[in-house]
Amino acid sequence: MFDRLFRDSLSIGLATGVYAVSFGVLSVAAGFSVAQTCVMSLVAFTGASQFMFVSVMGGSAAAALPPAVLLAARNGIYALSLGSVLRRAGWRRALDAHLVIDESTAMALAQDDPADRRRGFILTALAIFACWNLGTLAGALAGGVLGAPETYGLHAIFPAVFLALLVPQVRSREVLAAALAGAGIALLLVPAASAGVPVMASVLAAAPLLVRRRAKVPA
Amino acid sequence: MSWTAVLLLCAASYALKAGGAVLASRGGGVLEGRLDVLVVPVIAGLIAVQTFGDDKTLVLDGRAPALLVAAVLIWRRVPLLLVALAAGGTAALLHAVGA
Repeated sequence: MFDRLFRDSLSIGLATGVYAVSFGVLSVAAGFSVAQTCVMSLVAFTGASQFMFVSVMGGSAAAALPPAVLLAARNGIYALSLGSVLRRAGWRRALDAHLVIDESTAMALAQDDPADRRRGFILTALAIFACWNLGTLAGALAGGVLGAPETYGLHAIFPAVFLALLVPQVRSREVLAAALAGAGIALLLVPAASAGVPVMASVLAAAPLLVRRRAKVPA
Repeated sequence: MSWTAVLLLCAASYALKAGGAVLASRGGGVLEGRLDVLVVPVIAGLIAVQTFGDDKTLVLDGRAPALLVAAVLIWRRVPLLLVALAAGGTAALLHAVGA
């Protein structure tokens, strides 16, 4: 029960909780009410997009929505890739879909065993859902008492966590090449494309892998 | 701030997740178990942007050394919580000294 998967999931949940506090603070500072801030974390439930939304919102909804939604589109790709991890039945799949985020997807796909994949997905998603929403509420209520996330190095935690979850998935040289190409595409597009586009465009790096894998399937 | 914008974000976020989930179950046979390769480059892209991106420019600040520290610890198979704390600590330290 309290094995490595459990501990890792809880660790990510706690780290996310701290980050959620800074989301709450930032959101209220940007002019959103406590209720609006909490609804975002409960229903949109996609950290990076929420951050982008409240940081651009200072301008207008028309400016803030497209980048946030574009960035949220990566969850669609994740859900697509989690076909065997999500439950089949209609309403169960609808519930599972809500839990599809960066961390739960990466944790699931970092496991080799199908049962571990499902367990990693659920444990990480539930730990994050609890901590993300509690942290959001705390931050929204605390307001400007806390300093910027940079002071605590919070902005550096997630790349580190994602790297830890990515490494076990890199099982071959081809996949490593796809990962590096994905990072390269995203970085190249940062100065050129609008916010949200670079991360989405990195999926193009998977094309050679998909083509090769399909070719191996007997007709 | 308007509720409309908040609710639009919520609706779009869920619709994108659900859309992927439905497509995955419809896709069935041929693609089943093959689409997981889509995730690796996207996560890699996310890491890259979160480490070097600052709005529309690329910058080298405390986050890159933090990721390097994390990479070494991951290679040494250090537990995830320590990896996260070490990365955050490195960035906080570098931020404090003004790097």
